[in-house]
Amino acid sequence: MYEGIVEDTQKAAIADLGIDKGVEALTPEKIETVITSFLESETGARFKTYADICVHCGLCSDACHYFLSNDRNPKFSPAGKVKQTIGEILKHKGKVSPKFIGQTAEIAFTECNVCKRCAMYCPFGIDVAYLMLTMRRLCHKLGVVPQYIQDTAHSHSATFNQMWVKEDEWIDSLQWQEDEARGDISNLRIPLEKEGSDIMYSVIGPEPKFRAQLIYQAAVIMETAGMNWTMPATPGWDNSDMCMYTGDSEMMGRLKRSHFETAARLKVKRIVMGECGHAFRSVYDMGNRWVGWKMPPIPVIHAIEFYDELFQKGKIKVTHKFEEPVTIHDPCNIVRGRGLHEKIRNVVHRTCSSLIEMYPNREHNYCCAAGGGVINCGPPFKAKRVEGDRVKADQLREAKSKGAKVVVAPCHNCHGGLEDIIHHYKLDMKLKFLGDIIYEVMEKTT
Amino acid sequence: MHHIYDFVSGPLVWLSFIIFIGGSIYRIATMAMLAKKKDGVVYDYMDSSYALRSILHWIIPFGSENMKKHPVMTVVTYVFHISLMIAPLFLFAHIALIKESWDISWGYISDSTADIMTMLVIASCVFFMLRRIKLPEVRYLTDTSDYILLAIVAAPFVTGFLAYHQWMGYKLMVILHILSGEVMLAAIPFTRLSHVLFFPFTRGYIGSEFGAVRHARDW
Ligand code: SF4
Ligand code: SF4
Repeated sequence: MYEGIVEDTQKAAIADLGIDKGVEALTPEKIETVITSFLESETGARFKTYADICVHCGLCSDACHYFLSNDRNPKFSPAGKVKQTIGEILKHKGKVSPKFIGQTAEIAFTECNVCKRCAMYCPFGIDVAYLMLTMRRLCHKLGVVPQYIQDTAHSHSATFNQMWVKEDEWIDSLQWQEDEARGDISNLRIPLEKEGSDIMYSVIGPEPKFRAQLIYQAAVIMETAGMNWTMPATPGWDNSDMCMYTGDSEMMGRLKRSHFETAARLKVKRIVMGECGHAFRSVYDMGNRWVGWKMPPIPVIHAIEFYDELFQKGKIKVTHKFEEPVTIHDPCNIVRGRGLHEKIRNVVHRTCSSLIEMYPNREHNYCCAAGGGVINCGPPFKAKRVEGDRVKADQLREAKSKGAKVVVAPCHNCHGGLEDIIHHYKLDMKLKFLGDIIYEVMEKTT
Repeated sequence: MHHIYDFVSGPLVWLSFIIFIGGSIYRIATMAMLAKKKDGVVYDYMDSSYALRSILHWIIPFGSENMKKHPVMTVVTYVFHISLMIAPLFLFAHIALIKESWDISWGYISDSTADIMTMLVIASCVFFMLRRIKLPEVRYLTDTSDYILLAIVAAPFVTGFLAYHQWMGYKLMVILHILSGEVMLAAIPFTRLSHVLFFPFTRGYIGSEFGAVRHARDW
């Protein structure tokens, strides 16, 4: 039986209740049974081919911000992470210890943002993000998942939203934001349950909880642009999905089904979602696939596409341009996940007076290190996360030295991650959503 | 010696080709069936134009960002793979043998060109080995099998080189040369050398996902 790395001076194990308790409940026999049936039933040609053909060339290393930020420690390279997890499992045919499973969980959940940058660097296009997600799925089946993210997954199962928001609280929050927004536009409405609208606007659980102003800004934009839109009053309003990241694919499927069914019930033409990256991945790429929809059954567009469209069609106008020079952080899930990088720039050019680019950017951006559910694994892993993205701090510092004062990051997770990076590395830069900027500079109907 | 020569240059050649060709077909066919059964997405998302776009970017030298980041590795990799295929396929001695057996032939390269290519393959193998030893991120991934594979690939070229220059035991070298060539061929479908077989598929698939679904480049 493989015991895992016995002593590791470079990486001390981090205590986490979810992982530790999960490991306690395991026995080698149970692990072997679960792994055997998992490999048999849930892995296929991609998994096998990737495992078979990786030539151990290490060319994917330079893709990964964890590797680059941890002084090129090979344990953080994409293929290095595969070696320590799936590699050992295959080599020992599932005969591995509970402690080893705990170690793999830490790697798969907190040392990879499943950002897919490495898939662009491996000559064979080996998708390490897919392999790490497969590893997480196995950990989920073994009941070894970091506590914080598991809690959000529980919230998804119980409430169909990420933040334990109750139905009446959701409606209250919307009405509260409607009230606030009436300061700008006196007769503004946030239309609830309006059947037959053109657009269903959906957000992630944390918006009503922590960033409610985003909802009223969106309402002001919708109203000014004269959109026929609605928000659901029932579960299904939340497009976020931490179950996708814990490996709870069944729950991921239920969440996406409920989201699309809500849109179908409201008979809308399309769904516009707020500025969130992972939710987009879930709706557009992973969740829909699990349910069996090759593409979303009702068209879904990300806020950036929507803003770009509003500007193209002249539906919103700006009174002035945002003064302070900005830089753009490209969120992985909508850049490598949907190629929206040029649209972000279109909107920035329409609304800001000066843009200072960070490099590498666009598809080649570095992740914020918060994505892929890593930030959702909570405080125990925060230091590792922030230190694992020193390269991002370097990029930001360089942009700042050229004059950038504000970082535009059109994604919730990126905001969380960059906030910590900016604070830890004492960068003193401001963070904004595109919606914040548009709201600030737009001409509002009153 | 003669018996051994007859054996390795007769039945063993057949055997190695059968293993190589049969094995390759078997590997690709079983993988295609497994994909049908377990990874339906592969078929659903595969898109020939995006697949081709990606493959082209990754077979043209310096066609991808990563190749630009590692210029030496890129040059060595290209030189290695090209020489590895051209030298044996167009070596005059090989073609003469085939002509003798089946009366078919094709163009050939001069012996001195083949000699240079052989040396390039050997030098590349040394480079790959040093890279494995010296670069921490490569060393970490390396296990014994990686060195064995490297030896399997280098052996036919080293022995061919020695046989051609007749520096030591010519007969023995020829036998070893044929034998090691056969080992290499037979190893392709069943070891990590199968990356050659699967490259178009894995590259094509990720290219399709990036192109058709994600609308992003993958190079
Ligand atoms: S964090 Fe991104 S680049 Fe690093 S291994 Fe994970 S998917 Fe690859
Ligand atoms: S994943 Fe790709 S780049 Fe990384 S070591 Fe394997 S073959 Fe090389």
